[in-house]
Amino acid sequence: MAKVQVIGAWFSPFVKRVEISLKMKGVEYEYIEVDLINKPPLVLHHNPIHQKVPILIHDGKTILESAVILEYIDEVWEGPNILPKDPYQRARSRFWANFIDQKCVPATRKALWCRGEEQEKAIKEAREALKILECEVKDKKYFGGDQIDYVDIIGSFLAYWMRLFDEVAGLHLFTYEELPSLCKWADELCDNKYVKQHLPDKDRFVDRVRGHSKTTRSV
Amino acid sequence: MAVKVLDFWASPYGVRVRVALAEKGVSYESQEEDLFGGKSDLLLQSNPIYGKVPVLLHDDKPVLESSNIVYYIDETWPSPHLMPASSYGRSRARFWTDFIDKKVYDVGRNIWMGKGAEVEAAKDEFIDVLKKLEGALGDREYYGGDQFGFLDIIFVSLSCWFPTYEKYGGFKVEEETPKIAAWLKKCYKRETVAKSMPDCQKVIEFVGMMRKMHGIE
Repeated sequence: MAKVQVIGAWFSPFVKRVEISLKMKGVEYEYIEVDLINKPPLVLHHNPIHQKVPILIHDGKTILESAVILEYIDEVWEGPNILPKDPYQRARSRFWANFIDQKCVPATRKALWCRGEEQEKAIKEAREALKILECEVKDKKYFGGDQIDYVDIIGSFLAYWMRLFDEVAGLHLFTYEELPSLCKWADELCDNKYVKQHLPDKDRFVDRVRGHSKTTRSV
Repeated sequence: MAVKVLDFWASPYGVRVRVALAEKGVSYESQEEDLFGGKSDLLLQSNPIYGKVPVLLHDDKPVLESSNIVYYIDETWPSPHLMPASSYGRSRARFWTDFIDKKVYDVGRNIWMGKGAEVEAAKDEFIDVLKKLEGALGDREYYGGDQFGFLDIIFVSLSCWFPTYEKYGGFKVEEETPKIAAWLKKCYKRETVAKSMPDCQKVIEFVGMMRKMHGIE
C-alpha cells in the first residue's frame, strides 16, 4: 500500500488544495477517485463525522479537512513553506484563509445561485467581501509574495472555480474593471507550476456545473 | 512586550484567550468592550472587517479570531505546550477545533433564539454534536490525553453557555453525555479555567435580555 494516499473527487477545489500542497513538497502519493453521489465505504470509514473528501492517509493515519491537511503536510514534509514560520504572519495567513472560506466563498456561492431579492443582497455581500480581498492582495503577485502560500492555495477556490461559476452564471462578479489586483492574482495563480496541472478541465467542469444546476441549486 | 486583550465578559471565545494566557503565565491588560453601547475605536481599528472580540494585541499587533489567537499564544510562548507533540495529534486537535467552531455556539444559539419546533430540532442537533465530541474524548482524562491541552481550552470555554442551552432546550448535559459532564467538572477544578469563566447564571440573565431585545420573550 502506498505510504501516502489522497481520496478525492476530480472536480473538488478542496481536494485540489491537498494535491497542490503535496506537489509543492514533492511528495508522491496514490490518488483514489470516489463517487460522492454513491459514497463508498472507504469515505464513510475514514470520515464518519462529515463523510466528505479530501481524505489524506499517511502511514495508515487519517487526516481530514483541507485546511487541516495543508498544515499537516507543511509540518511533516520538507520543502517550500506553506505557512510562514513567524507566529504573527501565521496568524495573519490563517485569518485570511478563514476569510476566504467563511466569507468570500459562501457569499459568492449565494450570489451565483440565489434568485430575486435574496440574490441582490448576496451580490452586494459578495462584492464587498471580494473588495476586501482585493485590498489585501494589492500589488502582490501572490498573497505569499513571490511564492504561493497557504492563503493562495486556499484561495484557489476563488481563482479558478468561483470564476468559472461566475462565467457560467453570467454575473460578472470577477472583472478586471472592479477587481484588477484580484483578477491578476487569480490569473497568476492558475498559471503557477504547482497549481495549473491540478485544475480540472474547464469544459468538463462547466458541463458538470450546467448539468448539476438543472437538478439542484447547490454546488 | 505588552499584551492586551479586547474582550467581553460573557464571550465564550474570550474565555479561550483568558485560559490560554493563564496557562502560559502571561500577564496582560484586559479591556472590556461595550458590544451594545459602542465598540471602542481600538476594536474597530484592530478588527475592521468583523468588529468582534476577542482581539489579542501583542506589541500593538492585532491577532484575530479566538482559535487563531490560541494557536498564536501556543506558538509565541512555547511553555507549557498546549498542542499535542505529534503532527498527527495536532491535526486531530485542529480537526475538532474546526468542528467545535462550526457547530457548538451556532447550534446552541438556535436553541435560545428559536421558536416552537425550531427549539426541539436545535436541541436534538446540539445533543448530537455533544455525542460526537464525547466520542472524540473516549476514555481519556482530557482531550489532550493525560494533560489539559489545546482542545480542552477550545471546548471548555463554550461550556459557560451550556446552562443557558439546558434551560431553553429542556435537557441536561449530564444525562445526555455523562463523560462530557465528568470532563467539565475536572476542567472547572483547574484554576486557569475557574478564574476565566463568567458566572453561568449571569450568562442566563444576559441571554434573557437578548431574547427580549429580539422579541422572543
